[in-house]
Amino acid sequence: MTGGPTLGAEVLAGQRRAVSRALTVVERGGPEAEALLQTLLPHTGHAHVVGITGAPGVGKSTLVDGLALAARGQGQTAGIIAVDPSSPFTGGAILGDRIRMQDATMDPGVFMRSLASRGQTGGLSRAAAASLTVLDASGFDWVLVETVGAGQSEIEIMALAESVMVVLAPGLGDDIQAIKAGILEIADLFVVNKADRPGADASVRELRAMLRLAADPPPWMPPIVTTVAAERRGLDQILAELARHRAFLEETGRRADRRTHQVETLVRQAVWDAVARRLAAAREDPGWARALTAVAAGTRDATGLADQVLRGAGGMGDGIH
Amino acid sequence: MIRVLVAKPGLDGHDRGAKVIARALRDAGMEVVYTGLHQTPEQVAEAALQEDVQVVALSILSGAHPTLVPRIAGLLQQNGQGDVLLLLGGIVPEQDVASMLDAGVSRVFGPGTDTRDIVRYIQERVGDS
Ligand SMILES: Nc1nc2c(ncn2[C@@H]2O[C@H](COP(=O)(O)OP(=O)(O)OP(=O)(O)O)[C@@H](O)[C@H]2O)c(=O)[nH]1
Ligand SMILES: [Mg+2]
Repeated sequence: MTGGPTLGAEVLAGQRRAVSRALTVVERGGPEAEALLQTLLPHTGHAHVVGITGAPGVGKSTLVDGLALAARGQGQTAGIIAVDPSSPFTGGAILGDRIRMQDATMDPGVFMRSLASRGQTGGLSRAAAASLTVLDASGFDWVLVETVGAGQSEIEIMALAESVMVVLAPGLGDDIQAIKAGILEIADLFVVNKADRPGADASVRELRAMLRLAADPPPWMPPIVTTVAAERRGLDQILAELARHRAFLEETGRRADRRTHQVETLVRQAVWDAVARRLAAAREDPGWARALTAVAAGTRDATGLADQVLRGAGGMGDGIH
Repeated sequence: MIRVLVAKPGLDGHDRGAKVIARALRDAGMEVVYTGLHQTPEQVAEAALQEDVQVVALSILSGAHPTLVPRIAGLLQQNGQGDVLLLLGGIVPEQDVASMLDAGVSRVFGPGTDTRDIVRYIQERVGDS
């Protein structure tokens, strides 16, 4: 399989097979991924990146499917990333979001990829940032990222989006108190989905009351949109609010912040990768065991050894006699 | 990481078997994309393309495998994914097995197959990367 410069060029040309291969490469990480991202990064910034989060089963995937189709209806294209958790025990995952995205994903202007969380520290946001970069560089007008719930890594992913949409549904154990921690603060837009069910009005009222509790009126007051995603109702209104939010970000100079944050995530992970490689090399060094013994005996200090590891210098056992 | 698409093409309405396979593959450490019931060959091939899977496992109980499978194999080929490991499970009469292998299926797993055999088969064929 060919990688390298041709793969980058094919992604920039929007070739679907290349986009798919590139997502695999950047998800895996390592030097090939870094080189590819280097090629793609200068071509990003076009897409409107939207994070979609909320409790399990509120209708996020159904909404994303409908939003992608609504975007198509306006002559625009959409790339989609849907994140599901990996099993902490086996590393495996069942990625099921596609089940509710059957309509949009057959449209040639839509591309959808399932991403497993794979469990490494910071690894998920690195993979998400890299995946967004691929989709953005390949020219999609919208990039929609679905994650479940409000764990630390989900919040990190949402920080990569320019607009964050928090989805609620009436009577789904997601009463507003329960989701308050962490997630409400990052919302740019609230969607109360399943408005065909009783209780939607109450959810909207509760949300309004809660937003009014904020002491100072924020520069951006998150609007609340009610939808019936299953019947594709309310979707154009979401797109309109998202466009309004993007205009706000641009007018206030905040849009650049997201890009800085995304690039920082990529750099940070490249640093961790480099450190991990040096540590692995040090542990292969024939002098490693002797160096550790010396640290334990107090004849060598741990920080000095750590510095040697970070410098990538070999000869671990040389510091002792 | 081995990525597998478990797909149910055709009109039959039972996906219990497909779900059992999906869980077994997940428990063996694979990433399993599951797309639900009633997939057209075009949907199966498009999902395989977008998800960049190394394995496509089809479950067909309806007896429609003689039309569905060659069509799916052809579309995979057309999309540059002819190297994908194509597996078929469900109800496939003995006399159809040879034509399924001719169509591009690597192996047919009949009803009552031990899921561990499927896991082992995939692990042997697909290099972990
Ligand atoms: N009544 C009703 N049901 C809906 C609506 N939108 C989605 N659903 C249903 O809610 C269920 C869950 O929908 P999904 O789109 O899979 O929800 P999700 O939030 O992506 O779920 P996870 O990815 O598992 O967290 C499905 O059965 C949908 O058909 C709606 O507006 N009204
Ligand atoms: Mg979902």
